[in-house]
Amino acid sequence: MVWLLVLPILIPFATAALAFVAPRRIAARWVSVAGSTAALAAAVALLANVLQNGVIAGQIGGWAAPFGITLVADYLAAAMVFITALIGLAVAIWAMAEIGPTSTRHGYHTLFQALLGGVTGAFLTGDLFNLYVWFEVMLIASFGLLVISGRKAAIDGAVKYVTLNLISTVLFLGAAGLLYGATGTLNMADLHLAVSRTANPERLTVIAMMLMVAFGLKAAVFPLFFWLPAAYHTPHYAVSAVFAGLLTKVGVYALLRVFTLVFPHDMGALADILLWSALLTMVTGVLGAAAQSDFRKILSFHIVSQIGYMLLGLALATPLALMGAVFYLLHHIIVKANLFLIAGVAQRLTGGSDLGAIGGLYRSAPLLAALFLIPAFSLAGFPPLSGFWAKFVIVRAALDLQAWLIAAVALLVGLLTIFSMTKIWAEAFWKPHPDGRTPTFARLNKRERAHMLAPITVLGALTVGIGLFPAPFLAFATTGADQLLNPAAYLEAVLGPQQAASGQP
Amino acid sequence: METIVALLSGFLVALAVWLMLSGNLLRFLFGLLLLSNGINLAILAAGRLTAGSPPLLGAGGALPAAQMANALPQALLLTAIVIGFGLFAFALALTIHAYRTFGHLDVDRMRLAEPQPPGPKAK
Repeated sequence: MVWLLVLPILIPFATAALAFVAPRRIAARWVSVAGSTAALAAAVALLANVLQNGVIAGQIGGWAAPFGITLVADYLAAAMVFITALIGLAVAIWAMAEIGPTSTRHGYHTLFQALLGGVTGAFLTGDLFNLYVWFEVMLIASFGLLVISGRKAAIDGAVKYVTLNLISTVLFLGAAGLLYGATGTLNMADLHLAVSRTANPERLTVIAMMLMVAFGLKAAVFPLFFWLPAAYHTPHYAVSAVFAGLLTKVGVYALLRVFTLVFPHDMGALADILLWSALLTMVTGVLGAAAQSDFRKILSFHIVSQIGYMLLGLALATPLALMGAVFYLLHHIIVKANLFLIAGVAQRLTGGSDLGAIGGLYRSAPLLAALFLIPAFSLAGFPPLSGFWAKFVIVRAALDLQAWLIAAVALLVGLLTIFSMTKIWAEAFWKPHPDGRTPTFARLNKRERAHMLAPITVLGALTVGIGLFPAPFLAFATTGADQLLNPAAYLEAVLGPQQAASGQP
Repeated sequence: METIVALLSGFLVALAVWLMLSGNLLRFLFGLLLLSNGINLAILAAGRLTAGSPPLLGAGGALPAAQMANALPQALLLTAIVIGFGLFAFALALTIHAYRTFGHLDVDRMRLAEPQPPGPKAK
């Protein structure tokens, strides 16, 4: 049982080490793909086990729960690990066509696998301090990936990314230390009990606020998102795809986890702050996207606006809204990574990402146009794609609370998302290339074509599949949200039956 | 004792914020260094200070007669210091690289990734 929890973390790090010592550059790529495949298999095994047995937990080193290092997988964590491994494999295959020998020599594949390992660790840990450590693993790998392309703009983006993320982690560390001082524990299940027992709730409000700011910075929430559009369009396309898919979601995941498990009881003013920042995140993100004229910059601003929907689900805090947040989180990882990969193919075919300087994709590469439409419409919330159900659930939750304004904002932002997507469509696909070029797939050799198109096709098919048969996925998200709201099973898995029961207020 | 450490921690954080607001990348980094040390002190103080009693067991695992310091905050600190050192080393290397690339360290003038739109009266 413990092995199931350890393997998804262990495999990426073993792969990273192997890719580092792999004799030739070609070998490093294949090591990366093989390792990602193995990680995906381990993630599937974990997910299957969680689906069968409910929450599973393991203590590393054999120390009992509040003292040892705990790994936990409930529905949400197991699903996030699965999606991480899936995106990891897709991007590893795609990257074979993009990442050249220089970046490989500088350790691209090692850093990439270390990043996946860090993200997986952050999803599986059941301990606040270990979450901090996984954040750092993830960060140091992402720093390396950001500057590895060697472009000047990447250095500029990295300066902003590095400085703001360092502030966020220091803040997180401080909050964890103070929380330990206030409660005497850092195990999240134990914290759930300790927080409801504590005599001094005001102190906890301050700590909760510190955590909200730290995770909010990581998740790119209004008004803390400015590092994201400054950095995400500068590295390799494979790097920005995996950043866009996974890194901000770790922040959202941490918010979901901490504000359902550790601080479950009436958040008071914090709930209002969360709600307003969610709404403003949606609006500013989509307005930023509408103002940009670069393929990847538009997509980067869209990340910000979509993060708002997930936070909205957390802020509304009804079972339905939380279910929407979980569903949105999972659907958005697939769609967003896919869009960045498509932007990468478009750049290879047309020679750029500035919308004014490219064009003609629809005429000469209709397959890419079709593949672009799937995630683009899904992001905007068109039926019958996965994004429609995600938005539908969130809006429905807002309507159930009779929060008309919130529902209206959510719908309006969806409309503006379509607007900025049509901008990409009209400029990059519809209008002829300004240089008179015809950007066909002939610019890619056969091997590159297979490596680039296969992941995009699979991710697109998944989006369509989730959209056409949403019932099992919605049911899964409902159970996942239910586990977040009623953490009894989580507590029992981590602390054992007696302690969890005796600690209940 | 806790009061002194808390004041010291607050002083370091204040100094750090002042340095970090300067707009120069190197000063920002030194501010970050002070900030993480201020936070480290805060963690130590949050775990209760027990001067003169190490978190060590006697020979054969016997508990010491006097009180024993809490080992956990010290373990957390050790981890945090090591991680902080690694990140600081990276940030310093990045700063050197940025200086070589741009020829200055003024973050307000680093606008390659987000160039200012050419306004009607842009100079």
